[in-house]
Amino acid sequence: MAKTPVRFTLNGSETALFVDGGANLLDTLRRGVGDLSPKYGCGQGTCGTCTVLIDGEPHLSCLTLAETVEGRSIETTGGLSNGADLHPLQRVFMENFGAQCGYCTPGMLMAAKALLAKNPNPSREEVVEAISGNICRCTGYEPIIDAILATAGQMRGRVA
Amino acid sequence: MSSIEFRKDLFADERDDTLKEIGKPTIRQDILGHVTGRSPYFDDHLFEGLLHMRCVRSPHHHARIRSIDTSAADRMPGVRRVIRPEDVPNNLNTLLALINFGKDDEALLQGKKVAYVGEPIVAIIAETERQARDAAAVVRVDYEVLPHVLDVEEALEPNAPVVSETYPNNTFDYHELYDHQKLRFGDVEKGFAEADHIVEGRYQMSPIEQAPTETCGAIAAPETNDRFVCYTSTQALFFSLGTTAKLLDMPSSQLHFIGGTVGGGFGGKVDSLHEPLAVLGSKLTGAPVKYIFDRAEEMQVGAPRGAERWYIKDGVMNDGRIVARQFTGFFDCGAYTRLSSYAIIKGTGHLPGPYSIPNVASNVYCVYTNRTPATAMRGFGITGVDFSIECHMDKVAEAVGMNPIELRILNAYRDGDMKAHRRLAKNTALIECCQVAASKADWAISAQAAAQTSLQGGGGERAAIPETVTDQAGKIGERRRNKIPTAPGEGASAKGRVAAGTSVAPIIAVPPQRDDMIIDPARTGHRKSAAEQSPAVPSVHSAPIAPPRYTPPTPPTQAPMAPPPAAPVAQPQQQAAAVQPAAAEPYKPTEPFQKGIKRPGVSRFISGTRRR
Repeated sequence: MAKTPVRFTLNGSETALFVDGGANLLDTLRRGVGDLSPKYGCGQGTCGTCTVLIDGEPHLSCLTLAETVEGRSIETTGGLSNGADLHPLQRVFMENFGAQCGYCTPGMLMAAKALLAKNPNPSREEVVEAISGNICRCTGYEPIIDAILATAGQMRGRVA
Repeated sequence: MSSIEFRKDLFADERDDTLKEIGKPTIRQDILGHVTGRSPYFDDHLFEGLLHMRCVRSPHHHARIRSIDTSAADRMPGVRRVIRPEDVPNNLNTLLALINFGKDDEALLQGKKVAYVGEPIVAIIAETERQARDAAAVVRVDYEVLPHVLDVEEALEPNAPVVSETYPNNTFDYHELYDHQKLRFGDVEKGFAEADHIVEGRYQMSPIEQAPTETCGAIAAPETNDRFVCYTSTQALFFSLGTTAKLLDMPSSQLHFIGGTVGGGFGGKVDSLHEPLAVLGSKLTGAPVKYIFDRAEEMQVGAPRGAERWYIKDGVMNDGRIVARQFTGFFDCGAYTRLSSYAIIKGTGHLPGPYSIPNVASNVYCVYTNRTPATAMRGFGITGVDFSIECHMDKVAEAVGMNPIELRILNAYRDGDMKAHRRLAKNTALIECCQVAASKADWAISAQAAAQTSLQGGGGERAAIPETVTDQAGKIGERRRNKIPTAPGEGASAKGRVAAGTSVAPIIAVPPQRDDMIIDPARTGHRKSAAEQSPAVPSVHSAPIAPPRYTPPTPPTQAPMAPPPAAPVAQPQQQAAAVQPAAAEPYKPTEPFQKGIKRPGVSRFISGTRRR
């Protein structure tokens, strides 16, 4: 099968590889690059566990063709922390019991990051809307929503 | 956290209130991996040259397989191996065979007769998932479609199709005697005759898919020394290990199973059959093989919580007392047993719900139908019948014109009551739950109901085991020959009576077979309170173990706590007094271990040397 070269930035580092025609971004990140933080949940864009940020916008990597990210910037949960220093979202998720089985967490974190980048002071409804594409089958939504709201508060406090 | 409310005013004297963890926020030990995306789920292990497995699945509810033609699939690009049913070394198993319960009824790959839509027939291993899918699509299976049955009661009709030849009556056989699980306590017919009202109801619940976000799967790869490593999403690692060893007819020492990080299970990953196929694939190809459900398979083939149907018939007095309750229950276990046989036993032990009812009878059937095999899910065996019981309580309240919460408080079991499965109720709290629920919901209850407590009013006469009517209806094989009623007591067989105060089947502890199976507190390090270390318990090392003997239970008049209100209050105080000094005692490194690590706060089981 013909392979296509693709270059993109993954969590700030230049990445280049050959992908099969029709390969999706999720498989490319997981198997091709070895970033295992986005997860496979449904493969049809309904569960949100594979959410990554493409140029800051949340996208479902299972429905994104790898070839289409040529030249773009991708962020995943694997690059959220700065070494051992956790991102405020990660820290507050830990403190607020924002994960149970943990499978939806990487997708939730990406959706939350995109929301807070655009809207540093979201209402509860806006948080619910932002994570409405991400399913938590352990049904731990309340702590997740609380954690996102608490992070927004902390980040605003730090900026001000 | 903040939504939890501790009602410490209730049963305050029963509690040793030195909780170290409960009520305080704790950070989960695995959460750092979760928020950094580094928790190792089974699919987060990369292998060079990983092969992918897909199954050819039955499109029919019920069909005999005439032939399987895999020759076209063999020639498809990327295909490395096609696994046919005859390639499975020991192609018949049932999960609970590992604890010697039930007959082997399910093939890993079905080659004779499929009994549900999605039953796997052939497994294809190819270099990419796409190639495996394409090859699976060209496998030709010649089916002879058979009539199917999808309803539990239809499956019990004499002319219903036989779902599984292992169980030709379409029911799991209990105790090698009956086609259902029986519970008899007192005489429901007498109760119905005395009652002012008879209230009947029919309730049912559909199958429910656990739908974990991570679909079920496993990766197996050859390791050194002819072993296989298997990363799996299973919830029950040793079930998976034992099942794999049995199906593949290989010693479990050859299998290195790694699990523990599960992306949501909820019961659906207890009986997964991914590991045996992945290991078999790895053995046949010599390469790492991944077998994972896609979402459609997870929903269609992944074993759900089974459907249930319940008929409840109550005899109720005008004042709301329930004097008799009869259940007829049907668990839809799907085409194969998996864990349903056990769910029925669990559900029967739960009857008649948290209520003291002097006459109870139930017949519960584990019925085979041509639906997806059912398995565990969050309280399975209990959930459907609890839903039915509580719906029925509301119906009873309506029939006698009573406040439904007061009806529950009136009939609730209390400490010291005898339950239908012949165990005394202990630490009951339904009355208190009803009272708190009523106040939270602003639901007015009478002052009399509000003054009730679980600690009083139980025991005494309510602790007695009544004279019990038994019957032989529903012996294995009877139902198919002549249609007999499913409800308790309606069969034609002779009725017997078991004298009051008798447990029908004495429960005798299995004697330890080997010396090292004896739980010796001095060796295992289990701290025992002074009360537990009574001289009645023989010390294993000082005295030889006598074979267990059945001692007839004490007559019911003497057995339970003599003054009902006093006993439950007094006992916990005694216990608390005995336990508390032990908890406060400083750690003593000299006992009970002679070897191993003895530092406080360090597990005693990491010494690396084998004790004794």
